Amino acid sequence: MQEQETPARPKPYLRIERLKKQFGNFWALKDISLEIFPGEFVCFLGPSGCGKTTLLRAIAGLDIQTSGRIFQADKEISNLPASHRDFGIVFQSYALFPNLTVAENVGYGLVSRRMRRVEIATRVTDLLRLVGMPDSGPKFPAQLSGGMQQRVALARALALSPGLLLLDEPLSALDARVRAYLRMEIRHLHKRLGVTTIMVTHDQEEALTMADRIVVMNQGVIEQVGTPLEVYREPNSAFVADFVGKTNLLPGIVVRPGLVRYRTMDLSCSLDIKPGPGSDVTLAIRPEDVVVRNVDANAENTFAVRVAEIEFLGSFCRVGLSINGDKPALLADFSINTVRDLSITEGMDMLVGLPSERIRVFPGAPKQL
Amino acid sequence: MTQAVANALDELPPTRRKLDRDDWLMRGGICLMIGWLGLTLILPLWWLLSKSFQNQGGDFVGLDNYIQYFSTPALFASVWNSLFIALLSTAIVLPLAFTYAYALQRSCMRWKGLFQGLALIPILAPSLLPAISLIYLFGNQGFLKEWMFGVEIYGPVGIVISQVFYCFPHALMILLAALSMADSRLYEAADALGASKTRIFFTVTLPGAKYGVISAGFVIFTLVMTDFGIAKVIGGRFNVLATDIFKQVIGQQNFEMGAVVGFVLLIPAVVAFMADRIIQGRQVALLSARAVPLIPKPDSGRDNGLFVFCSVVGGLILVLLAMAVWASFVSRWPYNLSLTLNNYAFGDFDTNGWSAYYNSIEMAAWTAVIGTLIIFLGAYLLEKTRGFKAGRNIAQFMAMLPMAVPGLVLGLAYIFFFNARDNPFGFIYATMAILVVNSVTHFYTVSHLTATTALKQLDHEFEAVSASLKVSLLRTMTRVSMPVSLPSVLDISIYLFVNAMTTVSAVIFLYSTDTKLAAVTIINMEESGFTAAAAAMAVAIVATSATVKIAHLLITRRLERRTQAWRQR
Repeated sequence: MQEQETPARPKPYLRIERLKKQFGNFWALKDISLEIFPGEFVCFLGPSGCGKTTLLRAIAGLDIQTSGRIFQADKEISNLPASHRDFGIVFQSYALFPNLTVAENVGYGLVSRRMRRVEIATRVTDLLRLVGMPDSGPKFPAQLSGGMQQRVALARALALSPGLLLLDEPLSALDARVRAYLRMEIRHLHKRLGVTTIMVTHDQEEALTMADRIVVMNQGVIEQVGTPLEVYREPNSAFVADFVGKTNLLPGIVVRPGLVRYRTMDLSCSLDIKPGPGSDVTLAIRPEDVVVRNVDANAENTFAVRVAEIEFLGSFCRVGLSINGDKPALLADFSINTVRDLSITEGMDMLVGLPSERIRVFPGAPKQL
Repeated sequence: MTQAVANALDELPPTRRKLDRDDWLMRGGICLMIGWLGLTLILPLWWLLSKSFQNQGGDFVGLDNYIQYFSTPALFASVWNSLFIALLSTAIVLPLAFTYAYALQRSCMRWKGLFQGLALIPILAPSLLPAISLIYLFGNQGFLKEWMFGVEIYGPVGIVISQVFYCFPHALMILLAALSMADSRLYEAADALGASKTRIFFTVTLPGAKYGVISAGFVIFTLVMTDFGIAKVIGGRFNVLATDIFKQVIGQQNFEMGAVVGFVLLIPAVVAFMADRIIQGRQVALLSARAVPLIPKPDSGRDNGLFVFCSVVGGLILVLLAMAVWASFVSRWPYNLSLTLNNYAFGDFDTNGWSAYYNSIEMAAWTAVIGTLIIFLGAYLLEKTRGFKAGRNIAQFMAMLPMAVPGLVLGLAYIFFFNARDNPFGFIYATMAILVVNSVTHFYTVSHLTATTALKQLDHEFEAVSASLKVSLLRTMTRVSMPVSLPSVLDISIYLFVNAMTTVSAVIFLYSTDTKLAAVTIINMEESGFTAAAAAMAVAIVATSATVKIAHLLITRRLERRTQAWRQR
């Protein structure tokens, strides 16, 4: 991200200009523009139907956009068929050829390249070693576990040394453990090869852990582009705040710059508030930002709550807090230490504080989810 | 909002994708498919239609032929006869086949494999076979003639019994599929709610198989409506549409009136076909991926009852089959019952002799090879490529059409079309080629659907992966899609072979003296009074189809064993 701020910024490897895609009356992509830099690992993140896969398939040339331009390595590829573009792709379903061995799968694209048989064999061995499966060449895909199949698919996608690696929800079909493991594997592989990579995912955790930059999409538009930390800490819309990580979205009304009324409480926010006084806004605060230790009753943004429910989640507890005896209105994450030290139990009354620099304010009332 | 977005941003021109070699290949392939079906289906039918509006001199006479048809009681009566026979046969076959399928899929009855095999044998036989058997049993010299209490077997009774035999396996196959899958959780839930067995049957079982039953009904109706052989052999003076066409064209050389009857026959077939399509379109998947397959539990009352039922039905099928076989070996029915092979010396009864049989084999083999190739390629292009929407839709529609066209109508249309003076393809008239072309097109739809179903089961991204690896579509098809779908490819070729071997209606107008077919000789020999030889030829056809079918089963089994390594899961 620093690159973008320096005046002499590097040339993007992939440039997408005003891309639109229409299916019947439905616009799956509404004017998407995006730049991706050499060697970057970018995640397209969003709920199903947000257009992330459509965008990926347009980049691959598998489903051509309705209008708009795409440049790869300074060359316009907008209207090229997939076979004339330079990319490797991995699908959620692996799409391994079931009647070919692992080695034949990996070498599938090499055979039609007029390479000598020995060269192909060497390349296949190298690739299989790269994904950590040096001995699996003679096996058939059905004899491998899902995680191993996906690694073969990865090796196959890398066989022609593509300039761009596209991953379409590559981990979604796998068990949680394998998924976490493969996440690191792909990350290491990317570091080692430095190939520009785009991964589509609906799993925010996956995007946060793997990506250099995340492109958050919703309903055919890009909501935000930024590093995982930026997207998490400084979401620029209520949608992003809610989709990436857990967030309390509270209805409020602007009183004056820096002050928002939530229920009967006036909460001060140190961040800039765009909407003018009197307008409906959404207050967003993450559960882990709710403070319970050393809260001074007279400090700003401090109020009394009752612990309505406690959900034990291993290393921390998610606590539902009710205000004035209503249903739980606010979620807070307290570490196990905190819960123990303050002996937090259901039904307990206590004071909490919302740090003014942690409250983000977005125009419009919260949407009912 | 979307409209506003669309308007505001409509600045960049729409992207037009460049076409690569695979695109041209695909377009070319789909155009060839349209060309094939256009030339062998649409144009001939168009010729037939225009012929029905002409007089014998070839002048346009508007609806005159139709008016004449509907005002001639003798001709028009056939419409009611055909409808009557078709509806009655449907009403008899449906409950029989449903119960039989239910016994095979949902009971713990003994000898299920045997019963299933037995019931499917008639599919390997020409439709004429049951009619011939019935003549031996209840005909003028039938040894069970007294059982008929003076009712003539020649006529509606014989037709309906033969049709029931002939249609039974077709309906059974559909119902077996419809009853094959069931979610046991539904049955457990119904049981837990205290529903009686009858209530469970009517609220869970029957609704689950509803679409299969409807489809089977339409299939039987159309089969009976359009079958020619049975009515010809055992119909006596009872006229139906199919025999009328034959009489008009072959008997009276009145091609124009034949065309009219052809179109009248096309109507119920098309209506049944469209009704079935519409109803099947409403079907939603009742079985989710999480369904727990139902495994029937023993219930001695039900199982024994169904066993008796299947024994009776299976027994009757066996009797009709065995009768034909026996009759084919008997010296001189009913006076000399000693066994002989003389009836198989076909040369003594028909000038073509055994050559008709070899013609049939040759025709069926060509149909299987060429048909499988064309149909699988077409299905592959439609299922696995994208773009070229207009051509794709036309081809898809045309692939479904042959199902709605009775063989007799198609055959008649071929006479007009390929015999036309200026047709550059006229040279195939009266050759083996026209028989093969006719058979491929006649049996196109079912094969196309089989191929499509098989291809749908392959991963949809194979072609995308290939494109990313710069591998051509053709290579991926021959290296991956075709080998993986090999069992279905074999199914298609066997289906084509058996149907080409047994069909009468599609080819009765198209054979020449050099290319006479076995099934046609059956009709000729029967007509000339050589019923035993006709039975012998029918048996020869059944034996051939059965041999091919068994070979197919063995090959498939070996194939599965050989490819176990990559099929196991």
